[in-house]
Amino acid sequence: MKRAVLIVTLLLASTSFALAQTSDNTLYTDESLTHANGEAIFHAICQGCHMPDAKGATGAGTYPALANNPKLASPQYMAAVILFGRHDMPSFVERPAAHGNFFKDTMLTDEQVAEVINYVRTHFGNHYANGITAADVAAMHPQTATTKP
Amino acid sequence: MQGDNSQLSMTRRDLLRLIGLSAGGAAMYAVMNRLGLAAESPYQGAPVLQGAPRGTSVLILGAGLAGMVAAYELRQAGYNVQVLEYNARPGGRNWTLRGGDTYTELGGFTQHCQFERGLYINPGPWRIPYHHRGLLDYCKKLDIPLEPFVQVNYNAYLHSAKAFDGKPQRYRTINADYRGHIAELLAKVTQQGKLEAQVTKEDQALLLDSLRQWGALNENYAYTAGPHVSNRRGYDREPGGGLSAKPLDSRPLQLHDVLGSRLWSSLTDGENYEFQTTLFQPVGGMGRIGEAFGKQLDGVIRYNTKVTAIHQDEHGVTVSYDDARRAGHTQTAHADWCICTIPLSILSQIPMNVSAPMATAIGAVPYAASVKVGLQFKRRFWEEDEDIYGGITLTDLPINTISYPSSDFNRKGKGVLLGAYLYGLDAYQFTAMSPEERVRRTVAYGSQIHPQYPQEFDNGVAVAWHRSPFTLGCFATWTDELRAKHYDNLCQIDGRIALAGEHASYLPAWQEGAVTSALDVITRLHQRVMAGGAA
Repeated sequence: MKRAVLIVTLLLASTSFALAQTSDNTLYTDESLTHANGEAIFHAICQGCHMPDAKGATGAGTYPALANNPKLASPQYMAAVILFGRHDMPSFVERPAAHGNFFKDTMLTDEQVAEVINYVRTHFGNHYANGITAADVAAMHPQTATTKP
Repeated sequence: MQGDNSQLSMTRRDLLRLIGLSAGGAAMYAVMNRLGLAAESPYQGAPVLQGAPRGTSVLILGAGLAGMVAAYELRQAGYNVQVLEYNARPGGRNWTLRGGDTYTELGGFTQHCQFERGLYINPGPWRIPYHHRGLLDYCKKLDIPLEPFVQVNYNAYLHSAKAFDGKPQRYRTINADYRGHIAELLAKVTQQGKLEAQVTKEDQALLLDSLRQWGALNENYAYTAGPHVSNRRGYDREPGGGLSAKPLDSRPLQLHDVLGSRLWSSLTDGENYEFQTTLFQPVGGMGRIGEAFGKQLDGVIRYNTKVTAIHQDEHGVTVSYDDARRAGHTQTAHADWCICTIPLSILSQIPMNVSAPMATAIGAVPYAASVKVGLQFKRRFWEEDEDIYGGITLTDLPINTISYPSSDFNRKGKGVLLGAYLYGLDAYQFTAMSPEERVRRTVAYGSQIHPQYPQEFDNGVAVAWHRSPFTLGCFATWTDELRAKHYDNLCQIDGRIALAGEHASYLPAWQEGAVTSALDVITRLHQRVMAGGAA
């Protein structure tokens, strides 16, 4: 049974991947992006660097794989990286528009951060049973963290 | 020079005239500089580095503009210089893709550029403002021919999918109508006496005169169809010769439509300091600069070299590297000093023993997403059908920009234009596509502005900077907050290691940032060498 579920999941994953590559869907705007789910966010944004198969890539530097990467054991770690960025990876936390750059920062809601983490941790050969919620992500914001009693 | 200073300025002027007469213009300019009268510029010419101790060596990491400027100047000063470069070519982001070139991005997606001989696209920097004096100086030194880069073209388009039924509007008409209507409104307000409190009677008269000229208003200060307005926004039928010569005036758009279109938001791009006329481009592609530096540094640059570790001690700096094409056989290079121009996106992953503040700074700056798509068409329809010679069309479609070539004007045959120049979320999404998909989408979107696209499209290439193996991103995206925390720490000489590049400048993404950062760092490094070594 579990095997059947896995096969269906893999089929679905590969179908949606093919769709993401060839569809004529209009692209997300900053406004419509707020409606994207975890899977859609992975294919619209994450796979640019982490690659469509989530295996990462290496040139003069490396984009880490999101498949078979022990760091994924911690959804909180992933949330921190997505919220606040790491090295060259930009931050996706919701924040007031920054002045000084001529392009808009791309932002994800806590719900979306949780969804994309849960999507990655259950696809690409990842089978983590525990998930993360939007409330868990919200608790990681600095303002939340620093206003402890 | 007015009022209280007039006495002083007369004295200065007399002094300058005397110096000019006796010692010539150059001496006069030098004195003017000292008196603070000439225009200030951070670029003071290449530094003159004298007295380098014999045999002092500098290892430079990266053969982009920063690395090659540093190598060029330090060699002139007598240093022993070696450069390590990841790519198989010099230039880094100073780069031109031409027909016959092959480019493989991260993920293994390979493109073979099929442009015709002489046609190209600059995936990275593509224009040089006239005030980027450092870069212009090296173009002169390296004998690189320049030509004008057309930024503003009144006959190119402003386009919104949501305005005027998606029909592109000429820059000229939006500019004229926006200005004309505003001038008319302001003239009305002035005539109604509503500016009495702020503007004197005499200035109100001058204001009205100026509004009439600025906005092409008629004798009643109205913005309305007529020869003077057509002379700004264009004619419905152009004046000509003979019996069919009589021009037909065009009719202005309504203010409501102009405002609602939001096309006014694209009117001022060319008024920004960095895009003001005159801009330049090297004849044959921006990559000519990197190529020329590469020739100057023949034998000094080791290509296909991937830096894996940087270690300094009291004796010098040791850099470990692999062959970029096949890892496994690690070698080392050693020098007294190291100038590292590796982008922070990559440097943040390379072990290097520098102070904690510098290491933190290196890891703190994210890199921007950006994508450029070059399209070759079977004919230069933008010139032949639409009278667009160079310049830029701006759109709210994801492609953002179409830039028509600023060279080979009015020639027969094929042409290459920049079909997309994306930032932000659009760039992320294009980065996430295969190169073929990026090109296909660019043609589809561009067809909404130029219906000739599907018929005339020949082939294309697409470069997504986050997938570039040698940068992992486009440029360092500093914010004011990041600068306050990290910039100075990043730019310090740390023992025997110093950083340079656009990321170590206040001109992010501009080549001038790389050039001036390199000149600044070699000047400080030389001072330290002359003062007796590492801190």
